[in-house]
Amino acid sequence: MTIAASGLEAGAAPLLALSRIGKRFGGTVALDGIDWSVEPGEVHCLVGENGSGKSTLIKILAGVHAPDAGGAILIDGVSHQKLSPHQAKALGIQVIFQDLSLFPNLTVWENIAVDQELGAVLKPPPRGAMRDAALAALARLDAHLPLDAPVGALPVARRQIVAICRGLAANARILFMDEPTASLTRHEVNLLLDTVHRLKAQGVAIVFVSHRLEEVVEIAERVTVLRDGRLVGTFPASEIDDHRLAELMTGSRIEHKVRAHGRGSRQPVLELRKAGRAREFEDVSLVIHAGEILGLTGLLGAGRTELALALFGMTLLERGEILMEGVPVRLHSNRDAVAHGIAHVSEDRLALGLNLRQSIADNISITVLDQLADRTGLVSPGGRSRMAERWVERLGIRASHVGAAAQTLSGGNQQRVVLAKWLATEPKVLILDSPTVGVDIRNKQGIYEVIRQLAERGVAILLISDEVPEVYFNADRILHMRDGRIVGEFVPGNVSEHDLARAIYA
Amino acid sequence: MPEALRIIFGRTETALGAAIVLTAIVFSLASPYFLTLPNLVDLVEAYSVTTILAAGVFVVLVSGGIDISFTATASAAQYLAAYLIVRQGVPAVPALATSALLGIAMGSINALLTYHLRVVSIIVTIATASIYYALLIYFTDAEEIYNLPDWWSNGISFFRYETVDGDIVKITLPIVVMATMVALTQYLMSRTRIGRQVYAVGGNPEAASRVGIDILRVQVFAYGYLGLLAAVAGFVQAGRVHQAVPTAMKGEELDVLAVAILGGASLVGGIGSVGGVLLGVLFLAVLQNGLNLLGVSSYFFGVVIGLAILVSISMTGYADKHARSRRAKRAG
Amino acid sequence: MTDPAPDISSSSRSVGREFDRLVKSLRQGGFRVGGLFFLLATLAVIFSLLMPATFPRVSTLQAMMFQLPELGLLSLAMTIPLISGGINLAIIATANAAALLMASILTALMPPDAAGMTLALWLAAAFVAGLLLCILVGLITGLLVAVLGVHPILVTLGTMTLLHGFGIYFTRGRTLSGFPDALLQLSNDTIWGMPISFVLFVVVALLVHVLLTRTALGVRIHMIGSNLEATRYSGVDIRRVLVWVYVLSSLLCFLASVVMMARFNSAGADIAGSYLLITILAAILGGIDPYGGFGRIGGLFVALWILQVIASGFNLLDVSPHLALASWGFILLLVMAAKRLRSGSPSTARRPNKMEN
Repeated sequence: MTIAASGLEAGAAPLLALSRIGKRFGGTVALDGIDWSVEPGEVHCLVGENGSGKSTLIKILAGVHAPDAGGAILIDGVSHQKLSPHQAKALGIQVIFQDLSLFPNLTVWENIAVDQELGAVLKPPPRGAMRDAALAALARLDAHLPLDAPVGALPVARRQIVAICRGLAANARILFMDEPTASLTRHEVNLLLDTVHRLKAQGVAIVFVSHRLEEVVEIAERVTVLRDGRLVGTFPASEIDDHRLAELMTGSRIEHKVRAHGRGSRQPVLELRKAGRAREFEDVSLVIHAGEILGLTGLLGAGRTELALALFGMTLLERGEILMEGVPVRLHSNRDAVAHGIAHVSEDRLALGLNLRQSIADNISITVLDQLADRTGLVSPGGRSRMAERWVERLGIRASHVGAAAQTLSGGNQQRVVLAKWLATEPKVLILDSPTVGVDIRNKQGIYEVIRQLAERGVAILLISDEVPEVYFNADRILHMRDGRIVGEFVPGNVSEHDLARAIYA
Repeated sequence: MPEALRIIFGRTETALGAAIVLTAIVFSLASPYFLTLPNLVDLVEAYSVTTILAAGVFVVLVSGGIDISFTATASAAQYLAAYLIVRQGVPAVPALATSALLGIAMGSINALLTYHLRVVSIIVTIATASIYYALLIYFTDAEEIYNLPDWWSNGISFFRYETVDGDIVKITLPIVVMATMVALTQYLMSRTRIGRQVYAVGGNPEAASRVGIDILRVQVFAYGYLGLLAAVAGFVQAGRVHQAVPTAMKGEELDVLAVAILGGASLVGGIGSVGGVLLGVLFLAVLQNGLNLLGVSSYFFGVVIGLAILVSISMTGYADKHARSRRAKRAG
Repeated sequence: MTDPAPDISSSSRSVGREFDRLVKSLRQGGFRVGGLFFLLATLAVIFSLLMPATFPRVSTLQAMMFQLPELGLLSLAMTIPLISGGINLAIIATANAAALLMASILTALMPPDAAGMTLALWLAAAFVAGLLLCILVGLITGLLVAVLGVHPILVTLGTMTLLHGFGIYFTRGRTLSGFPDALLQLSNDTIWGMPISFVLFVVVALLVHVLLTRTALGVRIHMIGSNLEATRYSGVDIRRVLVWVYVLSSLLCFLASVVMMARFNSAGADIAGSYLLITILAAILGGIDPYGGFGRIGGLFVALWILQVIASGFNLLDVSPHLALASWGFILLLVMAAKRLRSGSPSTARRPNKMEN
């Protein structure tokens, strides 16, 4: 039996070790010959792109899937061919999925100790014991939450604490956290890191599962990269940075070139003067010129998305004004914004960007249905298909046919459909909020290419992202937003990527 | 969801309670008979069937489903019990037990179909309702059964009291059965594991199955329990009208649903309390009784219920909307 | 069925395209319309074999055409909200309220000896009144759904109770009858051997089909049905679309109320109450997605024929009509089971797309 060489000093047996774990679904290989280990009290990052097999791996460990024969899961040195959900739990493996799997309608204590409500159905749940267990779990994290509050009433970061406590109440020894920082602000991430420190001190191993390197790498000891169902390797966290990781995840070296070449024109398209909305953003002034890509970055909760929504007319400005080509405009809804030539690609592609179940043609044509109508006012399905086919070709969307549901496409192709539906409106301003979330690194480059071509054709682009390289290598100018205000302006090339990142994470 | 929850937890019951107190005060000022013991007891008895059904529907709503077929179940169970007792001379206890089992079985079929077909429960139960009713009427020839035994139709009085005015106050079987069923529902939903699992499944079915809750078992419990209560409501209803009719409660399913929703149970699942459902029934009872005493035509009552529903959902809708915009702000 | 559309050239072209699409969906194993056609044909063959003397006859077909329109129109009224991701539980109550209003104008206000032009004017006045009532109901329902964001089940449960309550209050539970012959002809007379009401239904069904598939509004109705928020983010005025959905639904209720008055020669608060759930059954059987966003009027049309063939066949076989109703329920469950088997593993099953508020 071979176990991947541990980066840690030899000594105590690993808490969890995998040997030649593989999994096939029908003809596709999801995982192939994975050897991997986690030490007690270790903080480990498991990274890979969508489809790299990391979720299959977690599901095998949570007992949802059984691995193919031939591999072994060793826990405390005891070998298991596979785990049942119950076994996994009993052995101390707990998985916290991204949605946290909490019950918004139940109280904090009931959520934490829900395990004690299973089984003998007519027996009363041991309320006292459950409350005690909840208190004990919270005490281990030194967290103070209102025990009797419904979990739905808590902010996301506190719900995460509840989810962790549920794992602790079930005697977790190894805690998998799926995309744990995806919806946390920087301040909340710091709280999470504190929590992780405490758990580590108590000997609990933590595995962060993610599709990119996150802030959590600050306290991780080792990083394991998966690609196409295979283990690329396990590395000390200190040896890994964003570029190296991108290389490991894609298996190819991606050339980054700074695009910034000064503004394409001096002609302002969209201008914002001293704009503000209570508790969202304040005193924001900015100008986007024709042909310019303006980057807007900052941490989650800085007010970037809220600013984008106001520019798109989804919310009303309370203070300040918006000018389109020098003329003040008032946007009462996004229909006004669209009429003024503003388009918006939402950060939440799956819920807000696309109608996943509907066809590609319907998704692309939804913004321009009125223009597609013929003399009689009818919009023929054929006309919609032909219009969509032109866009599929122009943006290189890989799809079997335009009648296929949008959900059958890969993330990158879905995002191109979103771009197509807005480009069809021939916008003067394109607001892109985190346009490459959930898009493979390889497809990201394609999307950047589309954005650059648009800028060259004179579209003013606002590129919002919390990924520093994304704005650094694509924008002409970068605004830094923090706590609802613009606090800095950078020009890529004049400042290094590293300095930009430092400014933002400071 | 947080504020919405707080509103639904906190507001519906308090708002309803306030509305009840207010209408009760108005009516008692307008009609001296309103706040008398005989009137109130009559009121409770008149609404016993609706209350029992609403308690059952409440459980299904909390689990995140809807059932349209329970009046068919009630009619079938009622008819079976009457048939066994009157036509076949079966003793009361086994006859009632058999028809209670029939109710549970009919409810469980809904649960099994909903679970295995993965179709929204409203569609499944529309289909089963049409099947249940059609078969019931086919096999019974829509024939009524009269001559129910005395204990059933005239009721057992557990308590008798004569007021100074000579009015007789009786605590009858329907009232006792209703109180028992409400207490049982309250106990099951708040004090047993299965009850808490119903809330968990209604709140987040995905999470419920991840923590190891058997979704099918919870659904069979919820729909089966509604089937049981429907059967009980069927017995009570037959007693009150002194006969068993295959179409006894046809068409009332949406009214009962409206009552449960008025009392704060949510179509989204996971939310509501037995107390709220009781308040919902009480509100309608007080309203109807008061209007009656004031001499308002009973034909007008449908209009009043309709308005009550629209006003109540508009209020919750408005409050939710505000909660949502407040929440949106806080996120920024 | 003959094609009543006057514009032969354009309709034959669209028929051709429809046919292409049908063939395509059959090739892709599309159960929706293809499978239903098969079911309908099978039922027709079975009944014809069982009753070679009575079932396969023009008179039987004609009898079915007399019975189909009111359920058909009401099902259309249910289908549009279903496709938009909602539901309209008030369709029967709306139709009855409109019928009562029109009936009271025609029986209480109109002089009994009205004829010729006077009669036409009174009929027109009654229709306008009924139409306005339905538009008002649709507007209120749509606004409550769209502006307050309350789930349509709740809103229409309320409007249903309210309208039914008004009906009971004004009639004291009685029915109004005795309408002019001109109105009754709608259900009794035929054109080209088909009842006028049936022709009306077919024309309206075609119009609804065109509306849903070939107008901007129709596409938007489908889009809000599958994802309300994403459609709003695409710059669609979802409030307007939702108000239209319930106004259109109510307008179809108006047409249904006219046909029902003509057929039953009476109007009342409790007429056709049992149709409510059957319209949902027909729509789902016809392949309308209960989660919203998908569905074709063609599928609904075939489903309505299936229900009608079963009812007429059982009737001719002298089997209880109640068994026909039971078999409708069974067929719906069977069709859902078949879809479930085709869709495969449980993990792909969608969660109800509730408009969470």
